[in-house]
Amino acid sequence: MKLHEYQAKEIFASYGIPVPPGKVATTPEEATAIASQIGKKVAIKAQVHVGGRGKAGGIKFADSPEEAAKVASEILSMEIKGLPVRKVLVGECLDVVEEYYLGVIVDRRTQRPVVMVSSAGGVDIEEVARETPEKIHKYVVDPLKGFLPYEARKLAFKIVPDAKLALKTSAVLKKLYEVFEGVDASLAEINPFVRTPQDEMIALDAKINIDDNALPRRPNIERLRDPDAENPYEVKAREKGLSYVKLDGTIGCIVNGAGLAMATMDMVKRYGAEPANFLDIGGSSNPEKVTTAMEIILSDRNVKAILFNIFGGITRCDDVANGIVEALSKMKVNVPVVVRLTGTNEDQAAEILKKVNIVPVKSMDEGVREVIRLSKGGA
Amino acid sequence: MGILVNKDTKVIVQGITGRDGRFHALQMKDYGTKVVGGVTPGKGGTSVDGIPVFNSVEEAVSATGANASVIYVPYFAAPDAIYEACDAGIEVIVCITEGIPTLDMVKVVNYLKTKKTRLIGPNCPGIITPGETKVGIMPGRIHKPGPVGVVSRSGTLTYEVVYHLTNKNLGQSTCMGIGGDPIIGTNFIDALSLFEKDEQTKAIVLIGEIGGTDEEEAAKYISSSVSKPVVAFVAGRTAPPGKRMGHAGAIISGGTGTAKEKIEAFESVGVPVAETPAQISDLIADRIKE
Repeated sequence: MKLHEYQAKEIFASYGIPVPPGKVATTPEEATAIASQIGKKVAIKAQVHVGGRGKAGGIKFADSPEEAAKVASEILSMEIKGLPVRKVLVGECLDVVEEYYLGVIVDRRTQRPVVMVSSAGGVDIEEVARETPEKIHKYVVDPLKGFLPYEARKLAFKIVPDAKLALKTSAVLKKLYEVFEGVDASLAEINPFVRTPQDEMIALDAKINIDDNALPRRPNIERLRDPDAENPYEVKAREKGLSYVKLDGTIGCIVNGAGLAMATMDMVKRYGAEPANFLDIGGSSNPEKVTTAMEIILSDRNVKAILFNIFGGITRCDDVANGIVEALSKMKVNVPVVVRLTGTNEDQAAEILKKVNIVPVKSMDEGVREVIRLSKGGA
Repeated sequence: MGILVNKDTKVIVQGITGRDGRFHALQMKDYGTKVVGGVTPGKGGTSVDGIPVFNSVEEAVSATGANASVIYVPYFAAPDAIYEACDAGIEVIVCITEGIPTLDMVKVVNYLKTKKTRLIGPNCPGIITPGETKVGIMPGRIHKPGPVGVVSRSGTLTYEVVYHLTNKNLGQSTCMGIGGDPIIGTNFIDALSLFEKDEQTKAIVLIGEIGGTDEEEAAKYISSSVSKPVVAFVAGRTAPPGKRMGHAGAIISGGTGTAKEKIEAFESVGVPVAETPAQISDLIADRIKE
């Protein structure tokens, strides 16, 4: 789960990482009030989960509270890469002398947390990694020992030559690691981390991604979830224990298992159509899950036909078949449905599906070809 | 033969009195697995369908001589269960549990690196040496003994592939699901090195998917250290970027993680990549004939 900048900054502040004074606003009036409280030039930043908001016009400045209202109203009426802006962060606009990058991630290759710093802050760090990798310094943390102050100092001195400022930086780095562990982040990042003319070292931006697996034990973080920032059907799917990602194609896919679901999407593409979604109904398949899956897929107007691809192991094919029958009897399904069921209790499943005049196809290949044919109006 | 588990493997089930633990303990026993005991703290002295239950792994090991464990406990108790099995001297731990927080697994995996215990998973279907033993949740009857080693990050996709192999009369030496989580105990390279040494295994199927760089590392390893034929499959050619791959992960791995890059990595070292799960068995059949 991604946090908004304002949420990440609130967490940073609670751990003692310096951030510019500011608050989140949902209306121009609120923006004005915050700007006059700050009493200086302010930066107004769109709170959306996309990269490159600055380039898209989502970050603007205002010299007065009146201008803040105008600018906030502009940004609040924007859409950035398809996402409507519903909140802006109004914060003091700081003068910046230098920009750095500080970040902590979980590195899959070393299977350890990695702390990264760079003197090339304020730009896309992926670009820095690609073009000038020598400007990024990485430190692999021993998770059994934790990230120690001397290790933070070692990294800080690599990018900040001035000893006093390096020590300020290392203190922030240490706290950033505490945030990372404390909220179960998969990524905690300050970009840019800036030096002001007064030699303050401040987190000008903030980014935290949370490990979804840790959310059950982090109810305070779960509460920060922004339902507006997600596809409503993806939210509904998650609440029902399904894993769903909307795509742009016409073939609805309902599959058990993530790997098989991806392989099904890939095969749809290979045989000349586009998948409408990724959907994993998970290990157990009670009829309710199947019904919900159908509802979610049918809510997508692009869907021209639906394919069930089930390999029954733990999942029983007859359970899924009952779900399909129930779903078809409960809701109006005006697109063709193709069913592939192999494995545990497949014969019983075929018998059950006779009630709704569905004859299961024999293989995944056949199912994908058939659903594509029907999606194009084949009889 | 096969790798890591065989007919002599003595298995205990951690979480045997839970719904899933009980169901799969019995399924494994039916398959012929030596399920010698179960562990549920507080239920020691009872039994599940004739399988004795113990209060701790240590007790179970000293009473039964178990050398493998399969874990079905909920995500919040799973790291503790892995540490317990490791500290009791279990050689192979299979963790089926899904949803363990990543930073917990980071600690677990780094602790295990200092020990001799091997962890398979978490969030995996387990491991099966067909005709000998099944330690996990995969449907036993789709497998048959034979020369093909299978290693996969997936569950049902592996069943799909195994189903085709068996239908083509290509049996399997061992099939291992290594798990879909970012931090796992056994990776492709570990599996490849074990299959390379195993006499029964004549060819290897590797089933990867988007995310991380385990496939790329495996490709390098195959080119330097695997003499047996390998056929690969990579799921997620049509997966959208950004959903599961954090950009930070891409930095560390130098911009890798897409299916395209993984497929190119395999092809560049001469490992054929199947376009569909069914094609895998054709590619394997060709290579076993040669």
